Amino acid sequence: MSILEIILVVINWNLLKAKLQWKGEDVHQEHQENSTFASSSICSVLFGRYVNAALKDMILKLFFHHLCQRSSYRDTMAAESTLALSLVEEFVSGLQDSKAKDAAKGVKDGKFTVLQLVEALGSSLTSSQPHTRARGVHLLSEVLQECYGDLTEREVEVLIAFYENRLKDHYVVTPPVLKGLKALTKCTNLPPGSAVSMLRSVFQDIHVQSLMLSERACVYSMLINIMETREAELKGLGADFVFGFVQSMDGERDPRNLLLAFQIAKNLIHGGYDLGKFTEELFEVTSCYFPIDFSPPPNDPHGITREELVQALRAVLTGTPKFAEFLLPLLIEKLDSDVQSAKLDSLQTLAACVSQYEHKHVAEFLQGLWTSVRREVFQTSSEKIESAGLAALTALTSCLSRSVLSSDSEDSLSTFLDFILKDCKHHLCEPDLKLVWPSAKLLQAACSASTRASHIITVAVMPSLLEQYNNRTQCSHRRTLLEVVHRFIHSVKNCQSSDNDESVLLAFREALCSIVFSALSESNSSLQITATSVLTSLAQQAGLLVESDIELALDHLTRLLLTEEDDRVSLAVVECAGALAQLHPALVITKLIPKLKKEMFTEPMNQDQEEVSELYSHHAVRQRCLSALAAVSIQPSVVQESTPVLLEVLRSAHTGSVNFSVDEVVLTCRSLQRIAERVQDSEEAGRCFHDVFIPHLLSLALQAALQDEGSSGTRSPLVEEVVLSAMVPVISTSCSRLQPTLAGQTASRAVSLFLDGDVSFLPDNSFPSHMQLLKKQEGDSWSLSRLVCLLMGSVCSLPRSVEVPQIDKLLSALEEMSCTCSHPLSYTSAAKCFAGLVNKKPQGHSLDSLIQRMMKRVCSELDSPSSSVRTQAFTLMIWVAKALLLRYHPLFTTLTDKLFSLLDDADLGPMAADGFSLLMSDSTDVLNRACHADVRIMYRQRFFSENSAKLVQGFNAAPQEKKPNYLKALSNIVNKLPKQVQVTELPALLSLLLEALSCPDQDVHLSTLSCLEPVLVNPPQVLIQQLEALINRLLALISSPAMSVRIASLSCISTLSHFPVHEVLPFRARVLRALAKPLDDKKRLVRREAVQARGEWFLLGSPGGR
Amino acid sequence: MSEGTRLENANPVIFQRSGERVQTASEEDEDVHDPIDDREIFDLIRSINDPEHPLSLEELNVVEQVRVKVNDAENTVGVEFTPTIPHCSMATLIGLSIKVKLLRSLPDRFKIDVCITPGTHASEEAVNKQLADKERVAAALENASLLEVVNQCLSTRSI
Repeated sequence: MSILEIILVVINWNLLKAKLQWKGEDVHQEHQENSTFASSSICSVLFGRYVNAALKDMILKLFFHHLCQRSSYRDTMAAESTLALSLVEEFVSGLQDSKAKDAAKGVKDGKFTVLQLVEALGSSLTSSQPHTRARGVHLLSEVLQECYGDLTEREVEVLIAFYENRLKDHYVVTPPVLKGLKALTKCTNLPPGSAVSMLRSVFQDIHVQSLMLSERACVYSMLINIMETREAELKGLGADFVFGFVQSMDGERDPRNLLLAFQIAKNLIHGGYDLGKFTEELFEVTSCYFPIDFSPPPNDPHGITREELVQALRAVLTGTPKFAEFLLPLLIEKLDSDVQSAKLDSLQTLAACVSQYEHKHVAEFLQGLWTSVRREVFQTSSEKIESAGLAALTALTSCLSRSVLSSDSEDSLSTFLDFILKDCKHHLCEPDLKLVWPSAKLLQAACSASTRASHIITVAVMPSLLEQYNNRTQCSHRRTLLEVVHRFIHSVKNCQSSDNDESVLLAFREALCSIVFSALSESNSSLQITATSVLTSLAQQAGLLVESDIELALDHLTRLLLTEEDDRVSLAVVECAGALAQLHPALVITKLIPKLKKEMFTEPMNQDQEEVSELYSHHAVRQRCLSALAAVSIQPSVVQESTPVLLEVLRSAHTGSVNFSVDEVVLTCRSLQRIAERVQDSEEAGRCFHDVFIPHLLSLALQAALQDEGSSGTRSPLVEEVVLSAMVPVISTSCSRLQPTLAGQTASRAVSLFLDGDVSFLPDNSFPSHMQLLKKQEGDSWSLSRLVCLLMGSVCSLPRSVEVPQIDKLLSALEEMSCTCSHPLSYTSAAKCFAGLVNKKPQGHSLDSLIQRMMKRVCSELDSPSSSVRTQAFTLMIWVAKALLLRYHPLFTTLTDKLFSLLDDADLGPMAADGFSLLMSDSTDVLNRACHADVRIMYRQRFFSENSAKLVQGFNAAPQEKKPNYLKALSNIVNKLPKQVQVTELPALLSLLLEALSCPDQDVHLSTLSCLEPVLVNPPQVLIQQLEALINRLLALISSPAMSVRIASLSCISTLSHFPVHEVLPFRARVLRALAKPLDDKKRLVRREAVQARGEWFLLGSPGGR
Repeated sequence: MSEGTRLENANPVIFQRSGERVQTASEEDEDVHDPIDDREIFDLIRSINDPEHPLSLEELNVVEQVRVKVNDAENTVGVEFTPTIPHCSMATLIGLSIKVKLLRSLPDRFKIDVCITPGTHASEEAVNKQLADKERVAAALENASLLEVVNQCLSTRSI
């Protein structure tokens, strides 16, 4: 026997005596019996007053015997004991809770052992005052909580025995006892059998629900701990354990404890414990909380949400099919509730539980469940409930489909589907009534559950739908029916993904095709649109449509493309053609593309007296053909057929052999760009870009420019700047998607063309040799110099790994051009191209000196007020600044400082303010991620945090007439920041932004309002504090002369109504009065916004509103 | 909803919604004055929720653009609405919702007249009289539970 054991046994024994003595009974008899095991009681010395003399002698003898054995460390022990004793004294009598920590630390640091602590605790543990005993146990438990890891198995066993015994003590002792037991359950070396005995005593001696909250939590945590480590032992306890748990959680009310209790229940169920005859009890004791109705108090420190409880309880209730017979009736009952959340919870629980069930579990409740789900879907006004109901129906159907049929049982799936069909099918025959949609949705939900269900339902429903369609004559009816059919095709698709059976719809292929084609031939546009989407879904069903169907479909689509004027229809048709091209590229190449090509190249009839409308419609046809060509070009094989057609258009437009307007040429470029964006990555596509696309485009642009320079005759549409600007993204998109080797070749070709006039790679080669595209042109002609934008498109969008040849020569030529040219497109493109290259140039001395050289030149131009190229210099600077900002280059600050100083400049001030918007926004053609630019994450935040203070400072120092520039710059920056950053940074800037709202510049108003608006959706506290000022300024802006400002301020006011009610309610009357005026605004768009805002404010604080 | 609260008309005929009003260039021109027209008034009331169904008055064909008459110059607005069934007990409530919506959304220079399309409701006259009586409308809105239902009809659905 260890000392510890002896001490604790004696303490228990003494207490028993104390109790009995107190009751006036003689304990002597018991002494005799217990004396053997109480042999070496050291404590008996201490508690001698309870022990009779004879026993005392014996015990003393044993005690000294024991002490002699340990005499070697006797001296140190004395010192340790005093420390422990003093701690105990201060904790128990001095009521200093902090001493528990010290004691625990003492044990951990090895100053004294648990044994010595128990020795020291002796007197308090055996005190006749329950409170003193409680205090003593408390200290021991606190220490155990810290040191449970260091105990030996033997010590644990003894401590458990002690604690078990203490459970029988006075009720004030119970809390610390439970705490101690909880600490002991965490021991890894729990002796076998002790877990069970501990639980037995807890269940026996304690009525859990009459304990306080934290003690109940203690009991639950004990259970959880033991279940984790001693699963086998607990299972040996059989159903008694379940019963004990049921008893202890019965009546629990606190959400924190419920989470624990639900976790235990879930472990019981999932861990395969024998529930025995207590299945129903366990269900009852947990299901009484269903549906969870809990709203956490405001500022709840525990952070328990309703959702957590719902999930925890759901995991219990749905955990085992054994609960089915109890759970399903409960769900049916709760679905009848008037509380929306209860319905929702029931439906979601239903969907969750049937995934575990077999058909025999649900068989007897099918009728009831169906009735309830149907009622919810038919009558509800909430989309959430509707979709939950449909999900539950799908889950239920797939549960029934899963089960294996035995020969004698009836097929419960078909019984169930019969219910659904009986109640829903007839509604499908009334396409103008409300219930057609809920019925269709229910049928589709069941249909999507399994292949078998989809077979049964399609066979029952499809014929009557098809017949209906053919019998009805009203377009709106037909459209509804077609939509329903479409959804059925969808739901059939959902359940078919797994197996390769032939399509459920195969039997209806012909009929379906015929109604789709007939709908496509109708004149009603919404019917046509629906038909295209049905066609798409049909085509996506593997192995359903045969080749002749697709051919017919393509004929229909081509006809619609060429004749149908409605934009929505042509959009749908183009989309459908794109989907078909994905699946059947060969047919699209042979059927669709030749027809489109032919149509585009026909000139409008009778050219002399062409009517405007005819010309217009011809333009529209070409436009649709162009977008259709772009849409079908996803597969490389199609691209190889479609791009030559588009390039042909450009060539004919240039030569004038066929008349194409500038608009049409721009659209052609857009289509080419779309193809370049969407085509599947492949060697084939890359070749096509490199060999055909890019050379042809460059050649055409160059030819047009040369022609323009030479003659004054008819201008080719290709010299228009819009066309040129549309070509840039075509080139940059295709270059950005090239494989590295091809990209390298393209880069060197482009550079040698622009630097050396090397035209050898261009087709139709009839160019003069030694062209100097980047040198200043003779006279003031721009037609060649502006081709630099095409250079930008190619060299700035290459992957970063590709090295641009002759880069230094190229950069200095570009710098020269951007600082000297007077043509906006030319110098801007040169500046952008320079910036794009700088962004990708590797870090190092040559980059730094390049930037410094450029800055020197730019600054000298900017600093001389008489310079004619200040705008050019500014443009170059701002683009280079952007390039450096994106890659976090350290020299960036030099450029920002210059930019800030320009805010005070008389001419360039407003331009500098707008420059901040350029810095912060994504540029479309260069310096973006698609162009493989070096863009670091969060560069905007970085810029903001480094520069906002400078801006505020500058604002305060600036003269009155320059302040708007600063405000504009600020709102440009804040506007582009991500919302989270805006919200956190707003407090510092709010006063400045409010100031911006009252400055006279309308652009500043608009930009400030647009950065305020997203912040208003989730207002930070600081904004609420400034509410008065904000509302005043917004109300003042309602009468701004600019319509867009009026609209923006009204929409902000509308958002304000969603602030916390108690904050905005005081302003209600004032806002409503102020909003009466814009109701009579002369602009309809303003009135619409005013109506919206006023309606929201009326609802504020009104019953049924908010 | 439990069996006791069956809807009066559980499966009504549904009509198609008209699309959003197409914006014209003149609407975006600062200097042009856009008069208040029938479509604008119709846009105000077409999205009002039905008190029973999760549908708008437009989808139930209770309001139609042809039954909206506005005269911007003379400051009058007239709206006729058609209950889905002749005995609809919600007729007064629907009328009240339309009236309140217009009162909140139109400048106060307008005289607003809301009544039932002639011959479509059993107690047409009584309802019309109620809706025309300013004081009774005001009194109805003092009633918290009535106001609650009206506000629900007028709020944009969130669930």
